[in-house]
Parts: sequence; C-alpha cells; structure tokens
Amino acid sequence: MSEAKTSLPVANGRVVRTAARRSRVIEFKVDGEIVPAWIGDTLLVAVLSHRGALSIHEFDGEPRAGFCLMGACQDCWVWLEDGTRLRACTTPVEPGLAVCTRPPTDGLCHA
Amino acid sequence: MTKPNRSDVAIIGGGLMGAWTAFFLRRNDRSVALIEKGSVGEQSSGVNFGNIRLQGRHPSQFPLSLRSQALWEDIEALIGERCEFAPTGHLYLALASEQVDKLVQGAHQAAVHGVEIEVLDGQAARARWPWLGSLVHGASFSARDATANPRLVTPAVVRAAKLLGAHVLEHARATKIEQLAPGFRISTDRGPIIECDTLVNCAGAWGAEIAAQFGEPVPLFAAGPPQFVTEPIPCIISPSVQSVDGTVIFRQVARGNVIVAGFPRGPTDPIANRAPVPPAKIIATMNRLAEVAPVLASAHVIRVWSGIEGYLPDMLPVIGRSGTTPGLLHAFGFCGHGFQLGPGVGLCLTELAIEGASRISLDAFSITRFSGSATTVDEKISKEFDAAIAARTGGSRIAVDRE
Amino acid sequence: MHKVVIVGAGPAGFAAAELLHVNGLIPTLVDEAATAGGQIYRRPAPDIELDMRRLLGRGHRRYQRFHARAGHLLAQIDYRPQTTAWAIFADRVWTLRDQIIEQVPFDALVLATGATDRTVPIPGWTLPGVVTLGGAQALLKGQGALIGRRVVFCGSSPLLYLAAKQFLAAGATVGAILDTTPFAAKVAAAPDLLRAPEVFADGLKSMARVRGAGVPIHHGVRLESFEGDGEVSAVRYLDRKGRAKSVDCDAVAFGFGLKPEAQLADLAGVPFRYDPTFRQWLPATDGDGRAGRRTYLAGDGCMIGGAQAAEISGSLAAAALLQDAGTPTHGIDRSALRRRLARLHRFQHGLSRAFTWPAGTLAGASDSLPICRCESVTAGEIRRAVGSVLGPIDINRVKALTRVGMGRCQGRFCALPAAELVAAAAARPLEAVGRLRGQAPVKPLPPTARVRDRS
Repeated sequence: MSEAKTSLPVANGRVVRTAARRSRVIEFKVDGEIVPAWIGDTLLVAVLSHRGALSIHEFDGEPRAGFCLMGACQDCWVWLEDGTRLRACTTPVEPGLAVCTRPPTDGLCHA
Repeated sequence: MTKPNRSDVAIIGGGLMGAWTAFFLRRNDRSVALIEKGSVGEQSSGVNFGNIRLQGRHPSQFPLSLRSQALWEDIEALIGERCEFAPTGHLYLALASEQVDKLVQGAHQAAVHGVEIEVLDGQAARARWPWLGSLVHGASFSARDATANPRLVTPAVVRAAKLLGAHVLEHARATKIEQLAPGFRISTDRGPIIECDTLVNCAGAWGAEIAAQFGEPVPLFAAGPPQFVTEPIPCIISPSVQSVDGTVIFRQVARGNVIVAGFPRGPTDPIANRAPVPPAKIIATMNRLAEVAPVLASAHVIRVWSGIEGYLPDMLPVIGRSGTTPGLLHAFGFCGHGFQLGPGVGLCLTELAIEGASRISLDAFSITRFSGSATTVDEKISKEFDAAIAARTGGSRIAVDRE
Repeated sequence: MHKVVIVGAGPAGFAAAELLHVNGLIPTLVDEAATAGGQIYRRPAPDIELDMRRLLGRGHRRYQRFHARAGHLLAQIDYRPQTTAWAIFADRVWTLRDQIIEQVPFDALVLATGATDRTVPIPGWTLPGVVTLGGAQALLKGQGALIGRRVVFCGSSPLLYLAAKQFLAAGATVGAILDTTPFAAKVAAAPDLLRAPEVFADGLKSMARVRGAGVPIHHGVRLESFEGDGEVSAVRYLDRKGRAKSVDCDAVAFGFGLKPEAQLADLAGVPFRYDPTFRQWLPATDGDGRAGRRTYLAGDGCMIGGAQAAEISGSLAAAALLQDAGTPTHGIDRSALRRRLARLHRFQHGLSRAFTWPAGTLAGASDSLPICRCESVTAGEIRRAVGSVLGPIDINRVKALTRVGMGRCQGRFCALPAAELVAAAAARPLEAVGRLRGQAPVKPLPPTARVRDRS
C-alpha cells in the first residue's frame, strides 16, 4: 500500500482515512480556509477530514456531522459561498468548491 | 333514545368560519353547538396558505375584509393566542410591463375603500427588497396585510369558544337535518341530537349539500392549488409575495421554510380527502420562484400537497341568510381567500343570528344570486384553473357576464 | 415493447434486471448512487486503495460476483446511475439528475429501493460522531474512512458484529459492543435462525472474531445516553444487572435493524399492512412481490431480508412481471426460489427476536429528548399534543400539531419512534396510531431543476 499520498496532516478531523488514494489531490475551501482533498472523496469526507462538524443546526444551534451517511437522513447538507446547497454524503468534492458550515448570509463563512 | 341537546344556535362545520361564529356567539351569551365530522380545522382551514390579505380583493369584500382585519390585529386579546399572526405586509409583483397597469388599478381601488397601497417601479422595489429578481417590473405593497399559521388558528379559536362554554362535538357527522319550524333538529352519526333555533351552514366544501337540501343549490366545486414547502433557510423575505399573473405565491415563515403556491388549481377529492399533485404542476412554479427570488434558488423543496377548497364560479363566497328557510344562515365557498375573512364572517353571522341584520352589507354574497338562470363566471376560472375544471364550470376561454 | 422501470440497483433491483434481460427485455434501471450494489455490495469510490477482500472476509466472494455480473449487464440495459427517483405519478417515474428532471413512462414498475437503519432516539443522538450502523459501513466501504478512532457499536442488530468485524479489519479500535437484547433471547431464537444455517454461521463467526480480538461485548444492556460536548465522547448504559456503566469513545455506530425505504411504494399507490412482528407498516405484496397495478416490489425496500433474500425476491418479482405480461419466462425455478425465500423470512423472524426493537423504552423517555432531529421536536411536545386532543389520535394529527416528520427527511428517522411514543402516551395499540402519509418529492428537490423532454 503506497504511503505518500495519505501522509497529509489531518487537523481537527472527525473522519479517519484508512485507505490511500491513487487520484489527484485537489484544493477546496472550508469556511474560507484552503484545505486538501482527493478526487473521489465525498464532500462529507473532505470536510470532516478537517473539521468536527458540517453545519450548525438551525433549530437547536448544535453542530451536526451527518447521521445515516447514505443520503436518507438529510442531516449533512452544507452551504457553498454562492448560496448553493449540497448534500455532503452523496456529493463528490470538486476543486475550488467553497464550503461554508454556516449560511453564507450570516457573514460568518470566512475564517 | 337520545335526548336532544338544545342550543340557540347549531353550526355545522368546525372549520375557520364555524369556529369564529361559535366564539362570537358565546361572547354574546348565546348557547351554541359546533358539529364537526372530523377534527376541527382539518380541511381547507388548516392547510391554506395563511395569507391575511387586504390587497387584491373583489371590491365588494372590502368592508368585510377591513372589519375582519381589525379583529385579526386584536387576536391575542380576543382568543388568548397569537397563532403566529405577523404583520408582514403583502407584495404584489408585476413580472412583465403589461402587468403594471393592473397593479396600479388595484392600488387605486383599494385606496378608495380605505386600504393604503404603495406602488413602486422595479428599481425601487429591488432597492427596498434586494432579494427580488430582475424580472420584476413593478410592485404594490400593502403594509397592513399579515400572515398567520392556519394549522394553529382554528383549534385555537375553538379552544377559546369552549372556554366560553361552546359545546363542541368532533368526529360527529350531521346525518339528518329536520326542520322543526321554528328551529331545526340535527342528528349525528355519533348519537347526539341537537335542536336549535338558528342553524349555520359552515360546512365548507360540503356546504352545497346542505344548501341543496333546503332548495337552494349552488354550483360549488372543489379544487386546490398545488402547494409546496422548502427546507428552512435563513430569514430573508419578510412580506407575503404574489405575482399578479398568478404564477407564484410565496411567503417565508419564522422558522425559515418558504411556503409556495402555484396555479393552475386542479381537481381535488374532498370525499377521499386526498389530492395528489401532478409533479409537472409544481416544477413550473419552482422555476418561477427561483427567477423571482434568486436567493431561493437552492432552497430545496421537501414536500408537496394540494389545498382542498370550495369554489364558486364568480369567485365570491356565499355568506348570509338562506333564501328559502327562516333561521338558516350560510357561510361557505370562500374560493381560497377565506382565511382573512374568518373573524369578520363570524361576527357578521352572530349579528344576523341575534339582531337579524349584519352591520356590514352581505348582499354581494347572497345565496340568492344563484337562483336565476345565468351565472357570472370570473375570468380567473379560465386563467387559474385546470382546463377541465374551467370547461365544467361553464368558463370557456372567455368570461361570461350576466345579462 | 414492454417498458419496465426498476428503481434501485442493489441486489434486488439488479436480479430483476438480469432476469428481464435474459427474457428479452431492456429495462430502465434508475439508481441514486454512482455505482451499483446498494448498501451490501457498495464499492469504493474510484481510485481508493481499499482492500475489500480483507474488509469483507467471506463476504468478498459474493461482492466480487455481483460486480462481475454488473459489469456485463449494465452496459446492455438502460442504466441510469446518479439518478434520483423522486415521484411516481400516472404511470411515470419522475427522476432528477444534475438539475435535469425527466419523466420515465412505464408499463410495469419494479421498486427495489432498499432500506435504512431503524434507530430509536437516545439522549445525545444528534451529537457529531453518532451515526447509524449502516452509515458507518457505508463510509468504510465507499470511502475507506472510519467515523472515528475509537468506536462503540450499540443497539441491537446482527450488523453490530459484522460492522465491528469490518472496522477491526480496517484497523479501528472498537471500544465495546453494547447489545440491548439479552443473550438468552438469542439462544431462544436459535431454532428460527437455523433456517438459514450459512447466514447464521457467518453471524456466529463475526461474533467470535470480535470477541477474539478482545472487544468487550455486553448483552441485555440499556442505553442511557451518548455523552459529549459538541461531539460524542462516551456512552453511558446500564448493564444487564442494572449497574451504571460508561465506555469512552469518539464515535458511536448504532441501530436496531432496518426499515424499508417505502416512500415511492406509497406514492405508487401500494397498500400498506401493519406487521406486528416488525412493529412497522410494510408495503403489502403477494408472495412474488406483486403490489397492485403494474407495480412489483423486491428486496429490503419491501421486507427486510438481507442480500440473498433480496436477490431471490428480485428474480421472483421480475418473473411475476413477465408472467403478467404474458411472456413465457425462462432462467428461473420459481418454486425453489420461493422455498428459499420462505426460509430466509423465517430466519428474519428469528432475527427480530434475537435482536429486538426496544419498543417500550420511549415510554420512559425524558420530555427533553429530541424525537425529530430535523425539526427538533421533543418527546414532551409530542406527549403534550397527544394530551391536547380529545378523541382518537393518530400520527398524522400529531404531525400537524407538532411538526414531527415535517423536516428534510420527511419522517424517515422519527416516524417509528414517534408512533411508539404516541401509542404509549395515548394508551392505544401501535397499529391504531397509523403511519405518516407519503408525499412527493421523496428527496429534496432544487427549485432550479428543469424538465427535459426526451421525446
């Protein structure tokens, strides 16, 4: 198993990668911070490799980090800076995506 | 043999109209029995859009509407609950230049009747409401208009009526109505029998059946607009919004969901009480919503349903005294715009029952207008309803005026 | 030409597609995922170096066989991956892919929509790090990722042991397995479990492997809460003797069996029947999966049965479809398949007793426990709503009063627990409380999606 591509630091991430990637490393943003991911990652894995949560729940104000992880519970939706909403567990990450763990209108998106 | 209960007034139909009527009757010390075949507020009263709208009414409705609005504004003092009443204001939009005239005319007509409307061009509207899209050519804003949560209102009004001593029978269908002359006897499927001096028909989409029994049939039909709701998103849109071309109506509730209604209205089945919406019907409205308010372009739709409403071809309700039977009053067929009129109707019916006359003229809504041969068909029937409904209602593609 | 649309490319939908193809049809196979396989045969995203043989152990052979068959068949039928079916109306399936909406007409419809985990709300269940058992597996198989470094598996399901075994194979630390069903119940269920001896043996081996790796396994526990501040850090429970215990973790995978994803069946007009064994309303079909006019159901989306039952029921559904269309059918021995399916269903009944749904626990839940995680509706609000209504109360009325089931997931995870709570609060049988009525869209739909007319 090749080691090189998995040896990126995983800061504050909840998700633990156990498998190397043969695909290319890309960059995307989470709350204004540029972070790496791999083609083939879902947004959920890409974001939770660097964060403990995906969003703050609009009614209880608590962090959420997904639940069913298979597109059923709808608890993993995230914002992009341009206002787009995506379901993190079923959406592949793309280079340049700018994810916000809070609504972009809150003005809290940028780190 | 069940001993009959005696009430001054019996009301058939525990929707919004019946609830408010029961409430005001009790405030005036009349005994009242409210008979509802299911749970109160379950039908149209519970699933309508929630607009408390002054703007855009038929001119004949303004006095009743204004009377009702004053009561809405006092709702918490009246019934002890607010039901999410909010003075959001109502915004009409012209989405093409030729619709602007309609806005201006409507505003003028409203002003004559005492409703203040502001008219703005597209640019001014966008300055005031930055979330409006570029296709908005003009807008009229009625600041006094409001919204509330229809799911909460009828049960709350019934609670208040009960606290005042109203006798409420739920899950009791009226199976037989006999004339006692004077008065009436109503038998129910649950057993209780009610006798009363005055009978009020607030049976909504079933109101025509009762009217027919008393020899005054009306061409009531059931239909419903496709409606949908989005996921909750941050609150951005404060007024209730409607395009004058009828292609989209929407408002954002305090929790952040956007409730949307569209046209054309389709046939619904009040007996089966299910109204599945053809998916095609909502997509055009969804796309329109994203055009009119681009900030909503990603607010995902999570649920679709159809309202079930009672309509009459002239798009006006039946309110007032029976044309055939003393002691019988009607209030049904509100054509999808009855929510705002609820308290006013309840008060007027109470006055009719007690004093024999309402302080607001209800002539325009008299059931006797259907006793002649020709019926006015509003142009909305052809524009805002499925072709099949329009054809059945006698509304071909041209509006027909009464001679 | 008979137009058949199949929704779901897991083992059931795939088996149906295979049999139809063998008999000369070219079905349309719509699937939400990017690759076929459903949950059980989920394959890693491209370019992930995940050793599936090591991960799946003895399950690898079936996995490989499935994907080899898929490789052959999918190219020969109208296979539409990454396509969500969101409504059924007037003999058309409405789909969404990349903002494009299409209507797919059908002469016959096969729904093989699979299942999702059945969970019961437990204090702390919305904390980051708490996921479903199926979700933990999906993340591992599909993305080669673990939900945490030290995982506790809890609830009651054979998946507890299977998932823990897979996690161990992937190098995770498993803090404990907390099974709420007493061991004695498993022993008592053994006669039914022996109806499917290979599956039973696999299950026992998973248990043994996990025990052999030194993972603490506790049966007959009562889960008290998932603790943590902003993320889960421990599970508190009562052991089988009622003693308060706690185990540290940074992730929890929990579940109590599965429940069918039956929303499309509901929209297709399939009648539902209350099943007292599984305490759920399930779509009603005949033994071969016929569910009414032109509609056939197969797999876990109809009745939970596992992968083998799913394949069998997919074949039987397709055979029924062909028979109803007047097409002579070859490539299938229906009697043999029906017998095997019956055995597997008996096995499931055994599983339901070996791994029980904790029906009674909600009655004692704290008022502050959130039941609907989408709308944050608590047990207390539901109880108050039940108390406020005179006369018979049902789940739809409670929904109207409290908003339970009105959120983004439309009741997928709250409907069953909410119904249990309503039944307990109203002292009514669960069946009388009814079920939530399905509505389109079954998944959230973007307002910018546009209709494309393929004609």
